[in-house]
Amino acid sequence: MSEPGFFQSALIYLTAAVISVPIAKRLGLGSVLGYLAAGVGIGPHILGLVGDSSSSSEVMHIAESGVVVMLFLIGLELKLPSLWRMRGTLIGLGGSQMLVCGVTLGLGVWLWGLEFKPALLTGFILALSSTAIVLQTLREKSLHTTAGGRHAFATLLFQDIAVIPLLAVLPLLAAPSSVALNNAHSASPFSGMSQAFAILAAIGTVILVGRWLLPFLFSYIANAGLREIFTATALLLVLAIGGLMSLVGLSPALGAFVAGVVLASSPYRHELEGDLEPFKGLLLGLFFISVGASIDLDLILSNPIEIALLLVGFVVVKGTVLASLARLFKFAPGATPLYALSMFQGGEFAFVLFSQATNLGILATDQAARFNAIVALSMALTPLALLAGRKWLKSSPAADKSNNNREADAIEHSSPVILAGFGRFGNFVGRLLKSQGFRPVVLETDAEHVDLTRRLGFEVHYGDATRLDILHAAGAEHAKLLIIALGDEEAIDLLVATARRHFPGLEIIARAISMDHRLRLIQQGVQHVFHELAGSALDAGAQTLKLLGVPAYPAERATRKFRRWDLESARHLAPIRQKDESAYFAMVRERVANLETLFRADPTLAGSQEAKAWRPPGAPETPSSES
Amino acid sequence: MQRRILLLYAHPMPHRSRVNTRLINRVDAVEGITVRHLYELYPDYMIDVETEQKLLLDHDVIVLQHPFFWYSAPALVKEWLDLVLQHGWAYGEGGVALQGKYLLQAVTTGGTAEIYCSAGRNRHTVREFLLPFEQTARLCGMTYLNPFVVHGTGQLQTESDLAPHAQAYHDLLTNLASGGDPTALL
Repeated sequence: MSEPGFFQSALIYLTAAVISVPIAKRLGLGSVLGYLAAGVGIGPHILGLVGDSSSSSEVMHIAESGVVVMLFLIGLELKLPSLWRMRGTLIGLGGSQMLVCGVTLGLGVWLWGLEFKPALLTGFILALSSTAIVLQTLREKSLHTTAGGRHAFATLLFQDIAVIPLLAVLPLLAAPSSVALNNAHSASPFSGMSQAFAILAAIGTVILVGRWLLPFLFSYIANAGLREIFTATALLLVLAIGGLMSLVGLSPALGAFVAGVVLASSPYRHELEGDLEPFKGLLLGLFFISVGASIDLDLILSNPIEIALLLVGFVVVKGTVLASLARLFKFAPGATPLYALSMFQGGEFAFVLFSQATNLGILATDQAARFNAIVALSMALTPLALLAGRKWLKSSPAADKSNNNREADAIEHSSPVILAGFGRFGNFVGRLLKSQGFRPVVLETDAEHVDLTRRLGFEVHYGDATRLDILHAAGAEHAKLLIIALGDEEAIDLLVATARRHFPGLEIIARAISMDHRLRLIQQGVQHVFHELAGSALDAGAQTLKLLGVPAYPAERATRKFRRWDLESARHLAPIRQKDESAYFAMVRERVANLETLFRADPTLAGSQEAKAWRPPGAPETPSSES
Repeated sequence: MQRRILLLYAHPMPHRSRVNTRLINRVDAVEGITVRHLYELYPDYMIDVETEQKLLLDHDVIVLQHPFFWYSAPALVKEWLDLVLQHGWAYGEGGVALQGKYLLQAVTTGGTAEIYCSAGRNRHTVREFLLPFEQTARLCGMTYLNPFVVHGTGQLQTESDLAPHAQAYHDLLTNLASGGDPTALL
């Protein structure tokens, strides 16, 4: 750690955050603005507690790990299939945004006086928005699941990916002499094509490690049962990936994102999420503080009009392009202002890219400093813009037909039972409970379904049960039972993780979507797991047995016995499912093979070889001789 | 006078019962008879009380046909009695629904008639073992008829062994259905 010493730095950063963030929150400005203000306050131009105007990038360095952790967590939430599902928005909207914003802003910069190639590059760098600021702000306002929020997320994701080619293109734009110069100074030992190759190799390594090494490592550590080591491993993993990526000259954040996507299907996903979440918040705060500290107040104060004009020009052009794109892509009415108001700022990658471009001699130092200042200022403007546009945003959701834009319903009554999901599964549970006079707090995320079931006389609340605040509102801390009847495997897992972490006293009754899902839930220690189809499928099986001539009562017993056997099998198989694939399949084969023998030995079943039950005394041994 | 017969047949494993199957096949064509397989109707023990009561009202003679399990009826018969013969309906205040009807039990036993007597191994007759059913009928205002018993089912292997019992059962029910004097069966 540098001059002030680690302890002193920590003291300064934490004090600044503790003072300014609650104030900003109370004023309704959001935590991001609070952190930024704290950064400006402790920065070199006001209190001068941290860094000086030339080395504020050193602060950024520590803080960047916040963005790394955040992108890792975002990656974790995105399995490849769901990434694939949003490919249309991702490529169509994201691609158009980068292209149109990049070219328009590039033209602007060119008109301002730069040469064509550097101007175009600058345009594309400015086209990037800030993943950290947008997602943090939207999440804080619960806007991230709205249509506009989802479009913003897809665009941000595309931008994060677009950083790779931008970084790769940088050395190609540089004059040959400066490439040699750069190679001597740059952190990356590679250049040109070899760098591209190194990047691919690094991503490949992350994928391989994530696929083969990590499951082994995590199950090994999870079995040791040490929570803090698990947390340490998770942090180590993320930081190591970040380190590897910066080694090959790629943004650590993007590397972490790739690693997150790779690990999204890992059974330890929710553990990782839970363990890293607090770090994310704190490190992101650090990141925002360092952005605040990096704002070059001297530069701004000495050229106030120029900077102001540049800032206004940038914001207006980018905002207008974003709004036009939203129109073009036929966003829902409420989504357009949200998209434009949240995405108009410059992104954190801009700092990295501008510094690289300066190192490579593509941009002059004073030009880069101006762009950096504009990006930082536009970031600070974002929470303010959303605040200013609040009424506009609030008034439009009514027109937005998208389910997700609806505010969660207020929940007045409390109940010992919370029923999450009132769809195909939950409605059976809910109706049964209602028939016995129980009134569960029912949460459902499909707005149309909520309205319909309400009209049928059910008390169903609109609200996403996977959200902690909604669970609180539903009275989870006083409830006894939580029935998880959501239709989506990921949502179920998320709710299980959230409920167990925050409401350990809540007994969980969970719907399982698939055989593997069921084993996973059992393995996680969920007390009551029900395969969503087992009930009706076994009813169909029992009916088939009867139609095949099996008497009704033994058919009923066989079905019930099978149900128990199946549950017992699941309990048996759950611990080895994730551990040892071949042992698992061997055990499944063995159980299936033994099934018939087991049932044949039961004297109460029709196919039984032994007539021990209901056999009159004095009857001969053959089963057919009963009276 | 024609009488309608409600035959409630209870066997958890009907496919294994040679004698009961033979008996029930012989009588299901008796005029005015309604045959109900309780274990087929209620394999989950969820007896539909309303339906059962309505059927009872519609008939004059109730026949409980079942194997003799542990000196009594299979468990579902007990469940049927517990749930269907409600207070205030079958007995107790206002419980007059079954008054004047007849209850007949048709029972098959593995043991021979000699075993079921005071000197035999079981020390009581089948009729004595069925005392709870008899008293149940009496409490509900029904006349309990002398049970129809087929003893020593293990020895009844051939069709010529079975046919006389089936015929006797048929004759008994036909007689009851066609208005024959049931008091002869007390």
